[in-house]
Amino acid sequence: MATDTLTVALAGNPNSGKTTIFNNITGARQHVGNYPGVTVERREGFRRFHGKDLLLVDLPGTYSLTAHSLDELVARNVIINDRPEIIINILDASNLERNLYLAVQLLELERPMVLALNMTDVAEKMGSRVDDALLSRKLGIAVVHTVGNRNQGTDDLLQTVVDAAAQNKRQPFVLDYGPELEAKIKEMADALAALTAVKYPLRWLAVKLLENDQEVHKTIGRVPDGEKILAMVDKARLELKATFADDPELVIAERRYQFVGEIYREVAVSRQDLSRTVSDRIDDVLTHRVFGLPIFFGVMWLLFNIVFTVGAYPQGWIEDGTKWLGGMAGQYMADGDLKSLVVDGIIGGVGGVVVFLPNIILLFLGIALLEDTGYMARAAFVMDRVMRAVGLHGKSFIPLLVGFGCSVPAIMGTRTLENPRDRMVTILVAPLMSCSARLPVYTLLTAAFFTEGIAGTVLFSVYFAGIALAVVMAFVFRKLLFPGAAEAFVMEMPPYHLPTLRSILTHMWERSVLYLKKAGTLILAASILVWFATNYPADIEYSKDYDQAKAQVEEQFSAQAAAEVLGPLKIEKPEDNAAFTALVGGIAAAHADQAAAEDAVAAKLAELEQARPEIYPHAVRYYELEQEKKAAADKLDKEQAGEKLANSYAGRLGQTIEPVIRPLGFDWKIGVGLVSAMAAKEVLVSTLGTIYSVGEVEDDATSLQEALAADAAFSPLVAYTLMIFTLVYSPCLAALAVLRRETNSWKWTAFSFTYSTVLAWVIAFGIYQVGTMLGY
Amino acid sequence: MRTLDQLNPGEAGVVTKVTGSGAIKRRIVDMGLVAGTAIKVQKFAPLGDPMEVKVKNFNLSLRKTEAALIEIQTP
Repeated sequence: MATDTLTVALAGNPNSGKTTIFNNITGARQHVGNYPGVTVERREGFRRFHGKDLLLVDLPGTYSLTAHSLDELVARNVIINDRPEIIINILDASNLERNLYLAVQLLELERPMVLALNMTDVAEKMGSRVDDALLSRKLGIAVVHTVGNRNQGTDDLLQTVVDAAAQNKRQPFVLDYGPELEAKIKEMADALAALTAVKYPLRWLAVKLLENDQEVHKTIGRVPDGEKILAMVDKARLELKATFADDPELVIAERRYQFVGEIYREVAVSRQDLSRTVSDRIDDVLTHRVFGLPIFFGVMWLLFNIVFTVGAYPQGWIEDGTKWLGGMAGQYMADGDLKSLVVDGIIGGVGGVVVFLPNIILLFLGIALLEDTGYMARAAFVMDRVMRAVGLHGKSFIPLLVGFGCSVPAIMGTRTLENPRDRMVTILVAPLMSCSARLPVYTLLTAAFFTEGIAGTVLFSVYFAGIALAVVMAFVFRKLLFPGAAEAFVMEMPPYHLPTLRSILTHMWERSVLYLKKAGTLILAASILVWFATNYPADIEYSKDYDQAKAQVEEQFSAQAAAEVLGPLKIEKPEDNAAFTALVGGIAAAHADQAAAEDAVAAKLAELEQARPEIYPHAVRYYELEQEKKAAADKLDKEQAGEKLANSYAGRLGQTIEPVIRPLGFDWKIGVGLVSAMAAKEVLVSTLGTIYSVGEVEDDATSLQEALAADAAFSPLVAYTLMIFTLVYSPCLAALAVLRRETNSWKWTAFSFTYSTVLAWVIAFGIYQVGTMLGY
Repeated sequence: MRTLDQLNPGEAGVVTKVTGSGAIKRRIVDMGLVAGTAIKVQKFAPLGDPMEVKVKNFNLSLRKTEAALIEIQTP
């Protein structure tokens, strides 16, 4: 027999333990997405219970159901539009009165509902007990006890839900708002009954209209004859305002709280309102007037180090693994386009995606710990004064701090901000924090152009410029992009509690999977695009025939070797004299041993000389010739690579934009570097290495430093301008991909790219032009 | 008549009225700060703002500008 799916919506206050109960019910069978068009997350899970399939929708945690907040709007729209068969309202029993305020608003939607009285253990410890039989009678719905943290009462809850859903009765609920309001509500409801095009409960609509709910107002305005009703509403609201000498919505909210308060005082057997709790005592220390800030900075220091210092180890393994894999694939594939695509494009690209994972996992470990223990709200409390000065929220501090390590986890970390405006502004300015990928660029340029004495100051000024710009831009965005009344900061400080391992692991797992699935694919696609742009077209015309030049080097070597070494020894090939071959090998090995000190090398060589004094000079000469050949061939390879890059699509783009970046003091070589560095900012260093034909630049960039210092197009001023430009211009592709995923919007992604690049140009222009005028 | 931001840590009172308008006022009311609610000031943040209060058995933090909208009757 086929079973039909029962849709169950989970509603409740933030910190009511809703997500824990959701996890208890669904286990790993979850799916996280977004509600269409908004950044609010939609979390769904499945559960089979006694032959019934349950689809659970975890609504955003809210305190109320107004149209003022996106979360609240989404929560109530799911209930109204998706019509789940039943709602589970999870209540924090230790904080019952405020939790019931949401419960009555849910009841007003007249859908079947079950109450889950959660955290009853905490409530009892606080000396408060709830008469749930009485509560059930008062509200007319079933009440179940649960302790989410210990997974108690889950089956009870599900059984009650299935039973209640089977009855499938309309859930009548009437809250008496008092004679004046009731008269108006009846008037409105009667008028609304005449409209055929509305599917909402009439009484609820009437109350919402009197509350001046903008969303309902719009809905009614769109239906035929709706305008007439809105005119009635305006009149009624004016009359009510005169009666109560206050806004009707405030009176309605007060009445709800009165109603809730009466129920609460009846059902709560013993109450300890406003008494000092354990949490208060912990707060005596953690948000202490003097120690509060140092503790906060200590926690932040720890978080940063866990994410980046500890994260660096697995990142190293991932990088090594990627190289190893690339090497393996390279061995078994023929040289050519396909090999390059697989090794550099795909394996490199996947490595580039996975390499962020340790940071993300560790960051969300930290965030989950901070949030689940309750410290996150304290962090916001302590920092709010500072962050507000620039129009940000106290909680913005964490993503911005993480930005100094990497923009990718920083942008993902903005999830802790509930308010969409705060979140968007933080996302937009977070990339201005100098991430660690920019450091190699700074070190290269400072080392090449600034003396050791001022290098530190230069580096500091670049970091500081990023912070200062973030402050200014946050302020500007707040004013220009999100004008209007500021959002309320009003924030609950939840009681401290021990987090459960399960909720923390779930949190980390979920973020990682989301990153890999949603952002990872974009990053991979972008990496392959960059690989293509820097490697193609393949059929370019080089300024000289490199193959011929390399053959010439080879020929010259053979001729010299024959004349100077092999001739005198009377052999044709080195292999003809085994002792000679071994000696050359010995000399090469002595020189190749980089770890050995100079004395040790000399000692080794002297040893070799003593053993075979007669052929030793010939072997040395042969070794030298070989080295010269290698150096010459190497130089040709690097030149060819430089020319290839300069003529690739990325190279051509870099050259095309030269007129645009000329006023910043940048030539086409820097242009090519900046285009390639879109992939990741540290790529600027390796690209410049290729362009300046000094080859792969990794840890030791001395040769590139010298090449840059020798280039007349460069000067300390250009180097400084380039550092600032690198800092400010477009976030790297990985950051843009994550930004796209987190904002759920291409428009914002494009905006982030554009604003930062334009800003970078303007600032770099200013620095370079003023610097030139001042004679630097 | 005093407003909430003028109270000292440890002082308690009863809400008499919430002034202001729009989303901020609504949020304050939704958190349970309505006329007749008992409230107690816990502390101010290290930098003097925001402040933490206890109301209806839970702790709430709000900025002083928001607290200034809440009129309190102190005993």
